[in-house]
Amino acid sequence: MSETGVTRIESGIAPVAPVARDHVIPLAVLAELTHRCPLQCPYCSNPVDLERAGQELTTDEWRKTLTELAQIGVLQIHFSGGEPTVRKDLAEIVRHANDVGLYTNLITSAVLLTREKLKDLADAGLSHIQISFQGSETIVADRVAGLAKSHDKKIQVARWARELDLPLTVNAVMHRQNLHQLSDVIQMAVDLDADRLEVANVQYYGWALKNRAALMPTLQQIEDCTRIVEDAQTRLKGTLAIDYVVPDYYAIRPKKCMGGWGRQFFNISPSGKVLPCHAAETITGLAFDSVRDHSIAWIWENSEALNRYRGTGWMPEPCRSCDHREEDFGGCRCQAFALTGDAGNTDPACALSPLHEGIFKTAEREAAEGASQFIYRNFSGGTREEDVINRA
Amino acid sequence: MTTRTRNVTIGEASRPALPRHVKFRFDETRQAWVILAPERVLAPDETAVEVLQLCDGERTVSDMVDRLAAKYAADRKDIGADVIAMLQDLADKGFLADKGAVSHE
Ligand code: SF4
Ligand code: SF4
Repeated sequence: MSETGVTRIESGIAPVAPVARDHVIPLAVLAELTHRCPLQCPYCSNPVDLERAGQELTTDEWRKTLTELAQIGVLQIHFSGGEPTVRKDLAEIVRHANDVGLYTNLITSAVLLTREKLKDLADAGLSHIQISFQGSETIVADRVAGLAKSHDKKIQVARWARELDLPLTVNAVMHRQNLHQLSDVIQMAVDLDADRLEVANVQYYGWALKNRAALMPTLQQIEDCTRIVEDAQTRLKGTLAIDYVVPDYYAIRPKKCMGGWGRQFFNISPSGKVLPCHAAETITGLAFDSVRDHSIAWIWENSEALNRYRGTGWMPEPCRSCDHREEDFGGCRCQAFALTGDAGNTDPACALSPLHEGIFKTAEREAAEGASQFIYRNFSGGTREEDVINRA
Repeated sequence: MTTRTRNVTIGEASRPALPRHVKFRFDETRQAWVILAPERVLAPDETAVEVLQLCDGERTVSDMVDRLAAKYAADRKDIGADVIAMLQDLADKGFLADKGAVSHE
């Protein structure tokens, strides 16, 4: 799935009351229906240990879960994966979500969709579709996806979506090997009549961390990227909304990951585990509770793994005494784990982390060295690009 | 033919309506009206709620303003400016269609 963000509690017209407690019922929840996926993106945010089809929640279990979500006050549901359209019962699940009053969004790679299937989803009440793109044209995009003809298929599905009056978000995950196509990606989104474009730079945990040397952009690329996005945001106001996620390796302060661990967002894994973000299972040693064993309301209050990094009490220095601790909550736990081996450390993306300097230097060096080979995402722990080519 | 939600300009003759991807409903848990849109939840204030309840794709902005001006015995000009500004704000986000507009395409 993509690097989707948390639904913002936004003051469209009037401000929403600020969060007073250390956690509230989320406005939006991400439901990962499956880890199965025909693509093999080297930056996939799924855990390296993917959950198998046999462990997935059944249609009835999803129905029950969606009903519970609506009852506790969740307003929006994002169906994601893996590739959610792998599930034959997707339209049924969407219909149920719609019936219980949830606003439904499909986050998809689109390659398995036909016009008919898309129409079924629209008829089932789907409100919005987000299609991920790996570049602006077939050569780069199909190589990154690890699937021939995927780019052309995505373009086709995006057109169908607009014909069916479904609002469209184009999600483009950017890295060193496709950032040169950014201007074309923006134009592509305009040509596809998309409503929104998400320019998301890769975040480095899970599969992306395995592939960091092949993906890490140069500082120059990031500066160009920011300029191109800002320019397009002004030029395309009223036509295309553009959201922009910067890679925090080159930031001074870490991102407020998911609005804070277990604070205002959760994710349900294919087997029903309630996670604070889609990458949380990359942290080993945390036991997450499943909707199979407890009610969601119970898990949200009592899950040990969720409570572990809530609020500010768990923080070590330099966060503990830092004025920014309520603003960024110490950054991303997954990144802290990936880079320091302990999820309870300050996210090294923060310039105040003792490890920041070293990591920034590594990133710069990796970007400069320009290794290009990918390790593709799959159920067998990954396949090196050269092995795929040798076999072909 | 898709409902245009781009480059919508709201004026007195507009007949605003919410497009299918924008839902306006009462949230029982938080006891408040909300606008649900892609990746967004907006919290309209009391006046906005009243205006949105009148957005059915039939009524013109002009009608709405008359109604609100009468109800609150307020200056039509002030209310008109507020209503248009509020609706334009939504339209700029792509969350409002104008059934009274001639298609630009
Ligand atoms: S492999 Fe690609 S398309 Fe499939 S889930 Fe991962 S990021 Fe999404
Ligand atoms: S020290 Fe911790 S709280 Fe302070 S800015 Fe860095 S990550 Fe945020």
